[in-house]
Amino acid sequence: MEAEVRRFLATNFFLGDDAGSLSGTASLVEAGIIDSTGILEVIGWLEDAYGIHVADSELLPENLESIDNIVRFVERKRAA
Amino acid sequence: MSGLTARVLDLDPAGTTERIVAELRTIVSKTLRRRGAVIGISGGIDSSVTCALCARAFGPERVLGVLAPESDSGVETMRLSLAAVDAFEVPHVVETITPILEAVRCYERRDEAVRELVPAFTSGWKLKVVLPDVVGNDQYRVLSLVVESPEGRQQRHRLTAEQSLAIVAATNFKQRTRKMIEYYHADRLNYAVAGTPNRLEYDQGFFVKNGDGAADVKPIAHLYKSQVYLLAEYLGVPEEIRLRSPTTDTYSLPQSQEEFFFSLPYETLDLCLFAHNHGLPAEVVADAVQLSIVDVERVFRDIEQKRRTTRTLHLSSRLVEPVEEIDLSGD
Repeated sequence: MEAEVRRFLATNFFLGDDAGSLSGTASLVEAGIIDSTGILEVIGWLEDAYGIHVADSELLPENLESIDNIVRFVERKRAA
Repeated sequence: MSGLTARVLDLDPAGTTERIVAELRTIVSKTLRRRGAVIGISGGIDSSVTCALCARAFGPERVLGVLAPESDSGVETMRLSLAAVDAFEVPHVVETITPILEAVRCYERRDEAVRELVPAFTSGWKLKVVLPDVVGNDQYRVLSLVVESPEGRQQRHRLTAEQSLAIVAATNFKQRTRKMIEYYHADRLNYAVAGTPNRLEYDQGFFVKNGDGAADVKPIAHLYKSQVYLLAEYLGVPEEIRLRSPTTDTYSLPQSQEEFFFSLPYETLDLCLFAHNHGLPAEVVADAVQLSIVDVERVFRDIEQKRRTTRTLHLSSRLVEPVEEIDLSGD
Protein backbone atom coordinates (compact mmCIF):
# COMPACT_ATOMS: atom_id res chain seq x y z
CA MET A 1 0.00 0.00 0.00
CA GLU A 2 2.92 2.36 0.64
CA ALA A 3 3.77 2.20 -3.06
CA GLU A 4 0.17 3.11 -3.93
CA VAL A 5 0.26 6.10 -1.57
CA ARG A 6 3.53 7.25 -3.10
CA ARG A 7 2.11 6.82 -6.59
CA PHE A 8 -0.99 8.83 -5.67
CA LEU A 9 1.10 11.65 -4.21
CA ALA A 10 3.44 11.64 -7.20
CA THR A 11 0.60 11.84 -9.70
CA ASN A 12 -1.69 14.17 -7.86
CA PHE A 13 0.81 16.65 -6.45
CA PHE A 14 3.31 16.74 -9.34
CA LEU A 15 6.10 15.25 -7.26
CA GLY A 16 7.62 13.29 -10.11
CA ASP A 17 10.74 11.40 -9.01
CA ASP A 18 10.74 13.19 -5.64
CA ALA A 19 7.96 10.90 -4.40
CA GLY A 20 10.29 7.90 -4.37
CA SER A 21 12.91 9.64 -2.25
CA LEU A 22 10.43 11.13 0.20
CA SER A 23 10.98 9.84 3.72
CA GLY A 24 8.06 7.86 5.10
CA THR A 25 8.12 9.98 8.24
CA ALA A 26 8.40 13.39 6.55
CA SER A 27 5.54 15.79 7.21
CA LEU A 28 3.70 16.24 3.93
CA VAL A 29 2.23 19.51 5.20
CA GLU A 30 5.46 21.04 6.46
CA ALA A 31 7.23 19.97 3.29
CA GLY A 32 4.64 22.02 1.40
CA ILE A 33 3.42 18.98 -0.54
CA ILE A 34 -0.17 19.13 0.68
CA ASP A 35 -2.27 21.91 2.14
CA SER A 36 -5.83 21.87 3.45
CA THR A 37 -7.22 21.19 -0.02
CA GLY A 38 -4.59 18.49 -0.46
CA ILE A 39 -5.76 16.86 2.77
CA LEU A 40 -9.27 16.71 1.33
CA GLU A 41 -7.90 15.16 -1.86
CA VAL A 42 -5.99 12.54 0.13
CA ILE A 43 -9.10 11.72 2.17
CA GLY A 44 -11.24 11.44 -0.96
CA TRP A 45 -8.75 9.09 -2.54
CA LEU A 46 -8.37 6.92 0.58
CA GLU A 47 -12.14 6.61 0.91
CA ASP A 48 -12.51 5.62 -2.75
CA ALA A 49 -9.46 3.40 -3.03
CA TYR A 50 -9.78 1.51 0.25
CA GLY A 51 -13.51 1.65 0.95
CA ILE A 52 -13.10 3.36 4.29
CA HIS A 53 -14.91 6.35 5.80
CA VAL A 54 -12.75 9.02 7.39
CA ALA A 55 -14.59 10.88 10.15
CA ASP A 56 -13.93 14.54 10.91
CA SER A 57 -12.46 13.50 14.25
CA GLU A 58 -9.86 11.44 12.39
CA LEU A 59 -8.51 14.37 10.35
CA LEU A 60 -5.42 14.50 12.52
CA PRO A 61 -1.66 14.65 11.90
CA GLU A 62 -1.21 11.27 13.61
CA ASN A 63 -3.32 9.75 10.83
CA LEU A 64 -2.43 11.76 7.75
CA GLU A 65 0.75 13.80 8.27
CA SER A 66 3.20 11.41 6.59
CA ILE A 67 3.22 8.42 4.26
CA ASP A 68 3.89 6.09 7.20
CA ASN A 69 1.02 7.58 9.19
CA ILE A 70 -1.37 7.26 6.25
CA VAL A 71 -0.43 3.60 5.70
CA ARG A 72 -0.84 2.74 9.40
CA PHE A 73 -4.12 4.64 9.58
CA VAL A 74 -5.65 2.83 6.60
CA GLU A 75 -4.46 -0.54 7.88
CA ARG A 76 -6.08 0.16 11.27
CA LYS A 77 -9.32 1.26 9.60
CA ARG A 78 -9.47 -1.80 7.38
CA ALA A 79 -8.73 -4.13 10.26
CA ALA A 80 -11.46 -2.61 12.43
CA MET B 1 10.58 37.63 29.08
CA SER B 2 7.25 37.95 30.86
CA GLY B 3 4.39 40.39 31.11
CA LEU B 4 3.35 40.48 27.47
CA THR B 5 0.15 42.51 27.17
CA ALA B 6 -1.92 44.07 24.41
CA ARG B 7 -0.02 47.29 25.13
CA VAL B 8 2.79 46.04 22.89
CA LEU B 9 0.50 46.93 20.00
CA ASP B 10 -0.06 50.49 21.17
CA LEU B 11 0.85 53.12 18.64
CA ASP B 12 0.99 56.87 18.40
CA PRO B 13 -2.08 57.49 16.24
CA ALA B 14 -1.14 61.03 15.24
CA GLY B 15 2.41 60.10 14.27
CA THR B 16 1.27 56.93 12.50
CA THR B 17 -1.34 58.86 10.54
CA GLU B 18 1.21 61.50 9.56
CA ARG B 19 3.65 58.87 8.29
CA ILE B 20 1.05 56.96 6.30
CA VAL B 21 -0.40 60.13 4.79
CA ALA B 22 3.07 61.33 3.73
CA GLU B 23 3.90 57.94 2.20
CA LEU B 24 0.55 57.78 0.42
CA ARG B 25 1.16 61.17 -1.20
CA THR B 26 4.61 60.12 -2.38
CA ILE B 27 3.56 56.70 -3.63
CA VAL B 28 0.47 57.88 -5.44
CA SER B 29 1.90 61.05 -7.00
CA LYS B 30 5.52 60.05 -7.65
CA THR B 31 5.55 56.27 -8.11
CA LEU B 32 2.07 55.67 -9.47
CA ARG B 33 1.58 59.15 -11.04
CA ARG B 34 -2.07 59.29 -10.11
CA ARG B 35 -4.17 62.13 -8.69
CA GLY B 36 -6.22 60.51 -5.98
CA ALA B 37 -7.56 57.20 -4.70
CA VAL B 38 -10.46 54.83 -5.21
CA ILE B 39 -11.43 52.64 -2.27
CA GLY B 40 -13.88 49.77 -2.07
CA ILE B 41 -16.02 50.58 0.97
CA SER B 42 -17.45 47.61 2.88
CA GLY B 43 -18.74 49.28 6.02
CA GLY B 44 -15.96 47.59 7.97
CA ILE B 45 -13.11 49.01 9.98
CA ASP B 46 -10.32 48.52 7.43
CA SER B 47 -11.94 50.25 4.46
CA SER B 48 -13.17 53.05 6.74
CA VAL B 49 -9.66 53.73 8.06
CA THR B 50 -8.19 53.52 4.56
CA CYS B 51 -10.84 55.98 3.39
CA ALA B 52 -10.01 58.39 6.21
CA LEU B 53 -6.27 58.18 5.50
CA CYS B 54 -6.76 58.79 1.78
CA ALA B 55 -9.07 61.73 2.50
CA ARG B 56 -6.31 63.26 4.63
CA ALA B 57 -3.66 62.53 2.04
CA PHE B 58 -5.40 63.81 -1.07
CA GLY B 59 -8.40 65.79 0.20
CA PRO B 60 -11.86 64.20 0.24
CA GLU B 61 -12.65 65.55 -3.23
CA ARG B 62 -9.82 63.44 -4.69
CA VAL B 63 -11.09 60.21 -3.16
CA LEU B 64 -13.92 58.04 -4.43
CA GLY B 65 -15.64 55.40 -2.31
CA VAL B 66 -17.08 52.50 -4.27
CA LEU B 67 -19.95 50.71 -2.55
CA ALA B 68 -20.61 47.41 -4.33
CA PRO B 69 -23.30 45.42 -2.55
CA GLU B 70 -24.77 42.18 -3.88
CA SER B 71 -27.66 39.99 -2.87
CA ASP B 72 -25.78 38.21 -0.05
CA SER B 73 -24.52 41.44 1.54
CA GLY B 74 -25.56 41.97 5.14
CA VAL B 75 -28.52 44.19 5.90
CA GLU B 76 -26.32 46.76 7.66
CA THR B 77 -23.59 46.89 5.01
CA MET B 78 -25.03 49.77 2.97
CA ARG B 79 -25.89 51.89 6.00
CA LEU B 80 -22.43 51.50 7.54
CA SER B 81 -20.69 52.07 4.20
CA LEU B 82 -22.58 55.34 3.76
CA ALA B 83 -21.70 56.30 7.33
CA ALA B 84 -18.01 55.80 6.49
CA VAL B 85 -17.93 57.95 3.36
CA ASP B 86 -20.15 60.59 4.95
CA ALA B 87 -17.90 60.82 8.01
CA PHE B 88 -14.99 61.87 5.82
CA GLU B 89 -17.04 63.79 3.22
CA VAL B 90 -15.79 61.46 0.51
CA PRO B 91 -17.85 61.24 -2.72
CA HIS B 92 -19.16 57.78 -3.48
CA VAL B 93 -20.88 55.65 -6.09
CA VAL B 94 -23.13 52.67 -5.49
CA GLU B 95 -22.49 49.84 -7.94
CA THR B 96 -24.78 46.92 -7.21
CA ILE B 97 -22.91 43.94 -8.63
CA THR B 98 -25.70 41.34 -8.41
CA PRO B 99 -26.53 41.52 -12.17
CA ILE B 100 -22.86 40.97 -13.09
CA LEU B 101 -22.62 38.05 -10.67
CA GLU B 102 -25.79 36.57 -12.12
CA ALA B 103 -24.43 36.98 -15.65
CA VAL B 104 -21.25 35.05 -14.81
CA ARG B 105 -23.38 32.46 -12.94
CA CYS B 106 -21.64 33.10 -9.62
CA TYR B 107 -24.60 32.05 -7.48
CA GLU B 108 -25.63 29.25 -9.85
CA ARG B 109 -22.15 27.68 -9.95
CA ARG B 110 -21.86 27.92 -6.17
CA ASP B 111 -25.30 26.41 -5.63
CA GLU B 112 -24.60 23.54 -8.04
CA ALA B 113 -21.65 22.55 -5.84
CA VAL B 114 -23.77 22.90 -2.69
CA ARG B 115 -26.52 20.70 -4.14
CA GLU B 116 -24.08 17.82 -4.53
CA LEU B 117 -24.19 17.62 -0.74
CA VAL B 118 -27.63 19.04 -0.06
CA PRO B 119 -29.95 18.28 -3.01
CA ALA B 120 -32.80 20.27 -1.44
CA PHE B 121 -30.73 23.47 -1.42
CA THR B 122 -32.57 26.13 -3.41
CA SER B 123 -33.70 29.74 -3.12
CA GLY B 124 -34.71 30.56 0.42
CA TRP B 125 -31.88 28.46 1.85
CA LYS B 126 -28.77 30.12 3.21
CA LEU B 127 -25.17 28.96 3.49
CA LYS B 128 -21.70 29.64 4.76
CA VAL B 129 -18.43 27.70 4.93
CA VAL B 130 -16.55 27.28 8.20
CA LEU B 131 -13.30 25.92 9.64
CA PRO B 132 -12.84 23.89 12.84
CA ASP B 133 -11.50 25.62 15.95
CA VAL B 134 -7.75 25.81 16.31
CA VAL B 135 -7.97 25.94 20.12
CA GLY B 136 -8.02 22.56 21.83
CA ASN B 137 -7.94 20.80 18.50
CA ASP B 138 -5.24 19.39 16.20
CA GLN B 139 -7.72 18.68 13.42
CA TYR B 140 -6.70 19.78 9.94
CA ARG B 141 -8.29 23.03 8.92
CA VAL B 142 -10.58 21.80 6.18
CA LEU B 143 -13.74 23.65 5.19
CA SER B 144 -17.22 22.46 6.05
CA LEU B 145 -20.46 23.67 4.56
CA VAL B 146 -23.25 24.95 6.81
CA VAL B 147 -26.69 25.34 5.24
CA GLU B 148 -29.91 26.60 6.78
CA SER B 149 -33.34 25.70 5.44
CA PRO B 150 -36.11 28.31 5.17
CA GLU B 151 -37.48 26.82 8.41
CA GLY B 152 -34.21 27.68 10.15
CA ARG B 153 -32.83 24.13 10.45
CA GLN B 154 -29.05 23.96 10.04
CA GLN B 155 -26.94 21.09 8.65
CA ARG B 156 -23.16 20.83 8.54
CA HIS B 157 -21.26 18.75 5.97
CA ARG B 158 -17.58 18.24 5.27
CA LEU B 159 -16.77 19.31 1.73
CA THR B 160 -14.79 17.27 -0.75
CA ALA B 161 -11.78 18.95 -2.33
CA GLU B 162 -13.74 19.54 -5.56
CA GLN B 163 -16.78 20.97 -3.77
CA SER B 164 -14.62 23.19 -1.57
CA LEU B 165 -12.71 24.57 -4.56
CA ALA B 166 -15.91 25.01 -6.60
CA ILE B 167 -17.70 27.01 -3.88
CA VAL B 168 -14.72 29.24 -3.15
CA ALA B 169 -13.96 29.74 -6.86
CA ALA B 170 -17.55 30.81 -7.56
CA THR B 171 -17.64 33.08 -4.54
CA ASN B 172 -14.37 34.74 -5.57
CA PHE B 173 -16.29 36.31 -8.45
CA LYS B 174 -17.57 38.77 -5.84
CA GLN B 175 -14.19 40.17 -4.83
CA ARG B 176 -12.94 40.16 -8.40
CA THR B 177 -16.01 41.94 -9.73
CA ARG B 178 -15.68 44.62 -7.07
CA LYS B 179 -12.05 45.13 -8.03
CA MET B 180 -12.95 45.42 -11.70
CA ILE B 181 -15.43 48.19 -10.85
CA GLU B 182 -12.87 49.95 -8.63
CA TYR B 183 -10.34 49.95 -11.47
CA TYR B 184 -12.96 51.26 -13.89
CA HIS B 185 -13.39 54.32 -11.70
CA ALA B 186 -9.67 54.61 -11.04
CA ASP B 187 -8.96 54.58 -14.78
CA ARG B 188 -11.58 57.21 -15.63
CA LEU B 189 -10.46 59.52 -12.81
CA ASN B 190 -6.72 58.84 -13.12
CA TYR B 191 -6.71 57.67 -9.51
CA ALA B 192 -4.91 54.78 -7.82
CA VAL B 193 -6.76 51.93 -6.16
CA ALA B 194 -6.09 51.77 -2.44
CA GLY B 195 -6.41 48.27 -0.98
CA THR B 196 -7.66 47.73 2.52
CA PRO B 197 -5.91 44.66 4.02
CA ASN B 198 -4.61 44.90 7.56
CA ARG B 199 -1.54 42.98 8.68
CA LEU B 200 -3.43 39.85 9.75
CA GLU B 201 -5.08 39.61 6.35
CA TYR B 202 -1.93 40.43 4.39
CA ASP B 203 0.35 38.13 6.40
CA GLN B 204 -2.05 35.21 6.55
CA GLY B 205 -3.25 35.50 2.96
CA PHE B 206 -6.86 36.30 3.74
CA PHE B 207 -7.65 37.81 0.37
CA VAL B 208 -8.60 36.80 -3.16
CA LYS B 209 -5.82 37.08 -5.70
CA ASN B 210 -6.82 39.68 -8.31
CA GLY B 211 -9.80 40.40 -6.08
CA ASP B 212 -9.52 42.27 -2.80
CA GLY B 213 -5.81 41.40 -2.90
CA ALA B 214 -5.30 43.63 -5.93
CA ALA B 215 -4.45 47.29 -5.38
CA ASP B 216 -1.87 49.91 -6.30
CA VAL B 217 -1.15 50.77 -2.69
CA LYS B 218 -2.06 49.12 0.64
CA PRO B 219 -1.84 51.82 3.31
CA ILE B 220 -2.57 49.71 6.42
CA ALA B 221 -1.06 46.33 5.48
CA HIS B 222 1.67 46.80 8.11
CA LEU B 223 -0.80 47.43 10.96
CA TYR B 224 -2.14 44.74 13.27
CA LYS B 225 -5.91 44.75 13.43
CA SER B 226 -5.86 46.12 17.00
CA GLN B 227 -3.79 49.02 15.70
CA VAL B 228 -6.31 49.65 12.93
CA TYR B 229 -8.95 50.01 15.65
CA LEU B 230 -6.74 52.48 17.55
CA LEU B 231 -6.26 54.49 14.39
CA ALA B 232 -9.99 54.33 13.64
CA GLU B 233 -10.83 56.00 16.93
CA TYR B 234 -8.26 58.73 16.35
CA LEU B 235 -9.43 59.36 12.79
CA GLY B 236 -13.08 59.58 13.79
CA VAL B 237 -14.47 56.43 12.20
CA PRO B 238 -18.11 56.25 13.36
CA GLU B 239 -18.60 54.22 16.50
CA GLU B 240 -21.12 51.84 14.92
CA ILE B 241 -18.44 50.77 12.44
CA ARG B 242 -15.87 50.34 15.20
CA LEU B 243 -18.32 48.17 17.13
CA ARG B 244 -19.18 45.89 14.18
CA SER B 245 -17.69 42.40 14.43
CA PRO B 246 -15.31 41.60 11.55
CA THR B 247 -17.37 39.80 8.92
CA THR B 248 -16.66 38.32 5.50
CA ASP B 249 -20.02 39.63 4.23
CA THR B 250 -19.71 37.08 1.44
CA TYR B 251 -22.13 34.25 2.24
CA SER B 252 -25.86 34.42 2.87
CA LEU B 253 -25.57 33.17 6.47
CA PRO B 254 -23.81 35.57 8.82
CA GLN B 255 -20.18 34.53 8.90
CA SER B 256 -17.43 35.96 11.04
CA GLN B 257 -13.87 36.22 9.73
CA GLU B 258 -13.01 34.06 12.71
CA GLU B 259 -15.05 31.04 11.63
CA PHE B 260 -14.14 31.32 7.95
CA PHE B 261 -10.41 31.90 8.21
CA PHE B 262 -8.72 33.11 11.38
CA SER B 263 -10.27 30.74 13.96
CA LEU B 264 -9.52 33.19 16.78
CA PRO B 265 -10.70 36.65 17.82
CA TYR B 266 -8.47 39.29 16.23
CA GLU B 267 -7.19 40.55 19.60
CA THR B 268 -5.85 37.08 20.39
CA LEU B 269 -4.43 36.43 16.96
CA ASP B 270 -2.77 39.86 16.87
CA LEU B 271 -0.86 39.11 20.05
CA CYS B 272 0.07 35.60 18.91
CA LEU B 273 1.28 36.92 15.56
CA PHE B 274 3.24 39.69 17.23
CA ALA B 275 4.87 37.20 19.59
CA HIS B 276 5.63 34.75 16.80
CA ASN B 277 7.11 37.54 14.66
CA HIS B 278 9.35 38.59 17.55
CA GLY B 279 10.47 35.08 18.43
CA LEU B 280 8.72 35.04 21.80
CA PRO B 281 8.00 31.56 23.15
CA ALA B 282 4.49 30.23 23.68
CA GLU B 283 4.94 30.41 27.48
CA VAL B 284 5.19 34.20 27.29
CA VAL B 285 2.04 34.56 25.22
CA ALA B 286 -0.20 32.03 26.94
CA ASP B 287 -1.18 34.18 29.92
CA ALA B 288 -1.70 37.28 27.84
CA VAL B 289 -4.17 35.58 25.52
CA GLN B 290 -5.64 33.23 28.14
CA LEU B 291 -4.78 30.10 26.19
CA SER B 292 -2.76 27.07 27.22
CA ILE B 293 0.84 26.81 26.03
CA VAL B 294 -0.20 23.87 23.85
CA ASP B 295 -2.89 25.98 22.21
CA VAL B 296 -0.52 28.89 21.58
CA GLU B 297 1.85 26.42 19.91
CA ARG B 298 -1.09 25.26 17.77
CA VAL B 299 -1.74 28.88 16.80
CA PHE B 300 1.93 29.39 15.89
CA ARG B 301 1.81 26.29 13.68
CA ASP B 302 -1.39 27.52 12.07
CA ILE B 303 0.21 30.90 11.34
CA GLU B 304 3.09 29.15 9.57
CA GLN B 305 0.75 26.81 7.73
CA LYS B 306 -1.35 29.71 6.43
CA ARG B 307 1.79 31.50 5.27
CA ARG B 308 2.89 28.38 3.38
CA THR B 309 -0.52 27.82 1.83
CA THR B 310 -1.08 31.41 0.70
CA ARG B 311 2.46 32.36 -0.28
CA THR B 312 1.65 32.14 -3.98
CA LEU B 313 -1.12 34.72 -3.59
CA HIS B 314 1.61 37.33 -3.09
CA LEU B 315 3.58 36.35 -6.18
CA SER B 316 3.37 38.38 -9.35
CA SER B 317 3.40 36.50 -12.66
CA ARG B 318 6.53 34.38 -13.00
CA LEU B 319 8.56 34.66 -16.18
CA VAL B 320 10.36 31.72 -17.69
CA GLU B 321 13.24 34.02 -18.64
CA PRO B 322 13.88 37.56 -17.39
CA VAL B 323 13.02 40.57 -19.53
CA GLU B 324 15.91 42.71 -18.40
CA GLU B 325 14.72 45.89 -20.07
CA ILE B 326 11.82 46.04 -17.61
CA ASP B 327 13.55 47.02 -14.40
CA LEU B 328 11.26 47.65 -11.43
CA SER B 329 13.96 47.60 -8.78
CA GLY B 330 13.85 51.39 -8.41
CA ASP B 331 10.11 51.36 -7.66
